[in-house]
Amino acid sequence: MSNLFTIFIAMVIVNNIVLAKFLGLCPFFGVSKKLSNAFSMGIAVTLVMLIASVSTSVIYNYILVPYRVEFMNIVIYILVIASLVQIVELIIRRTNIILYNAMGIYLPLITTNCAVLGIALINSAENYSILESIVNALGAGIGFTLVLIIMSGIREKLDLADSPKSMRGLPVAFLTAALLALAFIGFNGMV
Amino acid sequence: MSDHKDRSNSKQPQSCHPQKQYVEDNKKSSSRFWKELAKGIVISNPVFILTLGLCPTLAITNSITNALGMGAGVIFVLLCSNIMISSIRKATPPLVRIPVFIVIIATSVTILSLVFEAYLPPLYRSLGIYLPLVVVNCIILGRAEAFASKNSVLLSAADALGIGIGFTIALVIISLIREIIGTGSLEIFGRQLFKLPGLSTHPLLFFISPPGAFLVIGIMMALFRLIGVIKSE
Repeated sequence: MSNLFTIFIAMVIVNNIVLAKFLGLCPFFGVSKKLSNAFSMGIAVTLVMLIASVSTSVIYNYILVPYRVEFMNIVIYILVIASLVQIVELIIRRTNIILYNAMGIYLPLITTNCAVLGIALINSAENYSILESIVNALGAGIGFTLVLIIMSGIREKLDLADSPKSMRGLPVAFLTAALLALAFIGFNGMV
Repeated sequence: MSDHKDRSNSKQPQSCHPQKQYVEDNKKSSSRFWKELAKGIVISNPVFILTLGLCPTLAITNSITNALGMGAGVIFVLLCSNIMISSIRKATPPLVRIPVFIVIIATSVTILSLVFEAYLPPLYRSLGIYLPLVVVNCIILGRAEAFASKNSVLLSAADALGIGIGFTIALVIISLIREIIGTGSLEIFGRQLFKLPGLSTHPLLFFISPPGAFLVIGIMMALFRLIGVIKSE
C-alpha cells in the first residue's frame, strides 16, 4: 500500500510528467490558453491514460512477457492506444453528448500524445504490476491536469501583460514553464 | 502522370506548413533534391520555426552525445518511413493511410532501438524511453502525411534528410549551450574536448536540469522571432 502511495505522489509532483519528464508538451502549450479548455483536456488525457495503461499492462504481463516478444511493445502499444482512443470517442458520442461536446475535439489529439505512450512504456520498463500501472497512470494524469490548470491560469493573466513583440505567445510560455519547473524542483527528495 | 498528381495535391492546405514553392517547381529532379534538402535545414527548421518534436528536444539535450544520438535516430527513422511510405503510396487506400503510416514508423523505431541496444548500449540507456517515443514524434508523421504520401521516392528521401539534419542541428545548438554552461566542459562520446576554467569548478547546474531546458528553448525561439521581425520590417 505504501509502495502504491509512493508511486502516486512521485508521479503527481516529484517526477511530474510535463515539467520533469517533458511528455505531453504539445497539449501543454496548445490547450493552456483558457482555464475551461485546460480542465477538459486534463480529464480527457487522464481517462485515456488510465484505459491505455490497464490494457497495455495486461498485454505486457500476459502476452509479451510469457512469449518473450517484449521488443514488439512499440508497435503493439501504439496500435492499441490508437484504437482505444477511437473506441472511447465512439462510446462517449453515443452515451453522453454533453461530455462529447466538452472534450470530443481533444480525443483525436491524444492519439499522438507522447504522454500516453510514455506512461505505457514507463510501466513496462519499471516492470510494474497491473495495479501499480493503474496508480502510475492516475498519478501522471492528475499531475498533467494540475500543471495544465496552473499554466492556463498564468497564461490568462499573461495575455494582458505588455511583453516584447518577439516574446509574445510561445517564447514567454516557455519561460513561464521554466519558472514553474523550477518551483516543482523544490519537491525533489520528497520521495 | 505522377508529376501532374503532385502538383494538384500540393495546392491543398497542408497540416504542417505551406508548400507553395513546389507548385511552380518542375525542373530536373537532381536540383529539386538539393532544394528539398536545403528547405528542411534552413527555411522550415522543425524545432525553431515549426516548433515540432518538442518532447525529445527538451528531454535529451542535456548532453551533446545524447543530442547526436537522437538526431541520428530521427534521421534513420525519417528516411526509412519516408522511403517506404512513398514507395507504397499508390497502393495505400486513403481511408486507412494513418494506421499504415503508424505501423511503418513503429517498425522503423523498433529496428532502431534494437540496433542501439546491441551496438550502443550506453547511449541506449541514457536515451531511455525517449528512443521508443520517436514513434509519436509529430515531425515524422507530419512528413509522412504532408510529403512522402504525395511525392516520389527520391524527393521523399531528400525531404527526410533535410528535415532530419535540421532537427539534429537544432538539437546540437541547444545541447551545446546547455552542456557548456551547465557543466563547464564539453564531452563527446566519453572524450573530453575542453574545460572552461572558472565554470567547470562551479557549474550552473540549473542549465542541465529540466527548467534550464525550458529557459534555453524559450530564449532561442524569441531570438529566431526577433531576427524574423527585424527582417520583415
